[in-house]
Amino acid sequence: MIKNLKATSTSTKLPVAILIALAFTLTLTLIASAQGPTPTDDEVNRIAKQLYCPVCESTPLDVCPTEACRQWRDLIRTQLAEGKSEEEIKQYFVEQYGARALADPPNRLASYLVPAIAILFGVLLLARGFQMWMKPSITETNASDPRGEAKSVDPYVAKLEEELKKQK
Amino acid sequence: MIANFGFGVLVVSFLVTLYSVFAAIYGDRTKNAAMVESARRAMLLTWPLLTLTAGILIYLLVNNHYEVQFVYEVTSRSMPTYLKITAWWGGQSGSLLFWSWLMSAFASLVTLRKWDRDREFLPWVIVVACVTMAFFIGMNVFFENPFMQLYQTFDGIKPATFQPADAVLFTPADGQGLNPLLRHPGMIIHPPMLYLGFVSFVIPYAFAMAALITGRTDDRWIRLTRRWTLWAWLFLSFGLVLGGRWAYDVLGWGGYWGWDPVEIAAFMPWLTGTAFLHSVMIQEKRGMLKHWNMILVILTYALVIFGTFLTRSGVLSSVHSFAQSAIGPLFFAFIGFTLITSAALIIYRWDSLKSETRMTSLLSREALFLLNNLLFMSILVVCFWGVIYPLVSELFTGQKVTVGPPFYERATSPLWASLLFLMGVAPLSAWGHSTVKTLGRAMWKPIVGAIVITALIFATYTQKVGALIGFFIIALVLLVTVYEYWRGANARQRSQGENIFTAFWNLTGRNRRRYGGYIIHISMMFMAIGIIGIEMFQSETQGTLAQGQSLNIAGYEVRYNEIASWDNMPAGVRYTRSSIDVYRDGEFLGELNPRIDYYFDSQQTMTIPGNRSTLKDDLYILLVDWEPVSSSGATFKIYVNPLVNWLWLGSLLFLVGIVIAAWPEKEAERVAAKARVRAATKQPSAAD
Repeated sequence: MIKNLKATSTSTKLPVAILIALAFTLTLTLIASAQGPTPTDDEVNRIAKQLYCPVCESTPLDVCPTEACRQWRDLIRTQLAEGKSEEEIKQYFVEQYGARALADPPNRLASYLVPAIAILFGVLLLARGFQMWMKPSITETNASDPRGEAKSVDPYVAKLEEELKKQK
Repeated sequence: MIANFGFGVLVVSFLVTLYSVFAAIYGDRTKNAAMVESARRAMLLTWPLLTLTAGILIYLLVNNHYEVQFVYEVTSRSMPTYLKITAWWGGQSGSLLFWSWLMSAFASLVTLRKWDRDREFLPWVIVVACVTMAFFIGMNVFFENPFMQLYQTFDGIKPATFQPADAVLFTPADGQGLNPLLRHPGMIIHPPMLYLGFVSFVIPYAFAMAALITGRTDDRWIRLTRRWTLWAWLFLSFGLVLGGRWAYDVLGWGGYWGWDPVEIAAFMPWLTGTAFLHSVMIQEKRGMLKHWNMILVILTYALVIFGTFLTRSGVLSSVHSFAQSAIGPLFFAFIGFTLITSAALIIYRWDSLKSETRMTSLLSREALFLLNNLLFMSILVVCFWGVIYPLVSELFTGQKVTVGPPFYERATSPLWASLLFLMGVAPLSAWGHSTVKTLGRAMWKPIVGAIVITALIFATYTQKVGALIGFFIIALVLLVTVYEYWRGANARQRSQGENIFTAFWNLTGRNRRRYGGYIIHISMMFMAIGIIGIEMFQSETQGTLAQGQSLNIAGYEVRYNEIASWDNMPAGVRYTRSSIDVYRDGEFLGELNPRIDYYFDSQQTMTIPGNRSTLKDDLYILLVDWEPVSSSGATFKIYVNPLVNWLWLGSLLFLVGIVIAAWPEKEAERVAAKARVRAATKQPSAAD
């Protein structure tokens, strides 16, 4: 009797197991079809290139050889397969690892403003310098120019110089 | 025992350097020539002392003395002897000792040869050189002792300079081995070259300070150090080029320059050094910009120390972070001290540094050189800000950020383009005076030529606007430079009756600085071609291939054949080497073997690309991953880098140009050159 029961139980379990397996396969297929085709390495790297490895600093994620980075690249692949956009994936990494995960500082204005101001200051300084150097000076004459190059642009001084030379 | 002796010699070196500083100051203040001579001899003594120290360290490295912490950290039994020797600069404390050793060699060279001509400067040159040396040797003595030994204590194994009580010497069976990335030939030579560049820039700075202290602020310090500056520039440039080549060969990102903070740290003194090399000519020819030249040489020195600080302190994490320690604050204090002292001296001598002449034209050579300086300084500002911005951001907002290549490329591209354009204009302008008319007359032919070349490139190679602008500037500079060369050689042909080759040779030999400079300009254009190629036309793809499968990229077909893995136990390496056949239009071009080397001692890997190089492009293949069980599939990353070899070709020509410019002139040539300068300064013209 017990043997028969066991036989009955086995005979009913098998179709159930097959049904479960079929359902599982169907679900996976549906998920996979919802996700679309698996993203290529190039699609993953296009995003990974814009991210920096959160562990090995100063190394872009697309070329970092560590196991952790390999997993992060797989994460990008999964998120791409889920239909997430480039911006959403980058945002995910920023939320997880902070702004240092981005190749570019998030506050672009601040990062460019300071060097821009410094360069502008240099330009103004040079312009002022040119203005000063070009200004004609009464005291500076060709005679006082040890390298014999600076010619006074003041016609009066030039005339005076000529007269002095003639007298000598 | 040997390690303790090494440390003892190091301490003596430190004391001798300090003695030299005080003896030089005392000798100068009391006008005691014997004391100054004693200081000089003490400084000369530092080199043999540091050589002995280095010799002891090398002995320990080569003979596997793993009880010494430094030896344990940077070597292993499987390393060949030459790598054990070069491991001297492969770690923190050893590289600081290497810095001091090179510095002592340069300081000795300065005071060994014809030193009596510079008696006035000598005490202060000794002071500056020895203060710098004392700082670095002091780092070794007090914080980074390369002779520290490992001791077994009750609390475990600890490194100590002197044996702690109740402790016994501990000798590990084997060392950890050198970082595999540092075993590459490029990396063996790259640090010494950079360090040579760094330490040789200390010499112009020492003379500049001596000039300020003694009040001899005329051209003398510049004339004395001109060649030193050129050699320093040569070493630094060579170091940077080698670093780029090393990155291309072993870092596995298909590029040569990653804008890593430590790369930038070595690049910043190069920028100020290059600006100095140009602006110093204005002082020599026109007696102008004396303040500015002082500022540039001080900045270069400060950036040299700053560069060493960034590399050695680990303040900024990067691929170079193998050398981190807590010596940062001392470096910072030293940089502050030198900057404040130098600034105070400039202010003190402000009046005596005034220009002797005035600017007469906005298009004169000196005005264009000033613009060149402004551009170099602008690039420096971008680089400096990019390096410190993560720290500033963290300090003020608590947010750590990364400043990667996009920032630097966007910010510096227009500056580089302007700088290259100036290279085309400046050689045609005259010292003293140039007008739009004279410059236009000299430039119209090269401009027309450059337009024709750009049109040809547009028709046959690319329609990208950015690249076309770049190629136009390159063509212009090349034509201007070749035209200048041809003009000089032609003149010689007519006046001396020489054939064209002899005329070219003699022309360069008679004015090495000028024509060496032109070769450098040509080489920069070659490098620019390579940079445009890789930055604007690089293609890349990645894919997993089964045996016999192919990937196509930029006209190449790359077919995966097989992969093999084997151990080389004596060398301590496991090689995994793939075989790839390369085809183009169905024609077999050859086999490439990208591989991954795994080092057992350091448990690190190194990716070696398979590379097919031509002047047209590089096919660069990296083995990313593979299936170890069946060996049936492997993942490859493939780059096609157009024109990149022009970068390396340009780098080689660049070095040739510097050697020509820095090569010492014969006495007769020097006299003739001075006469030429005198004649030229009496009548300004574009010919100089």
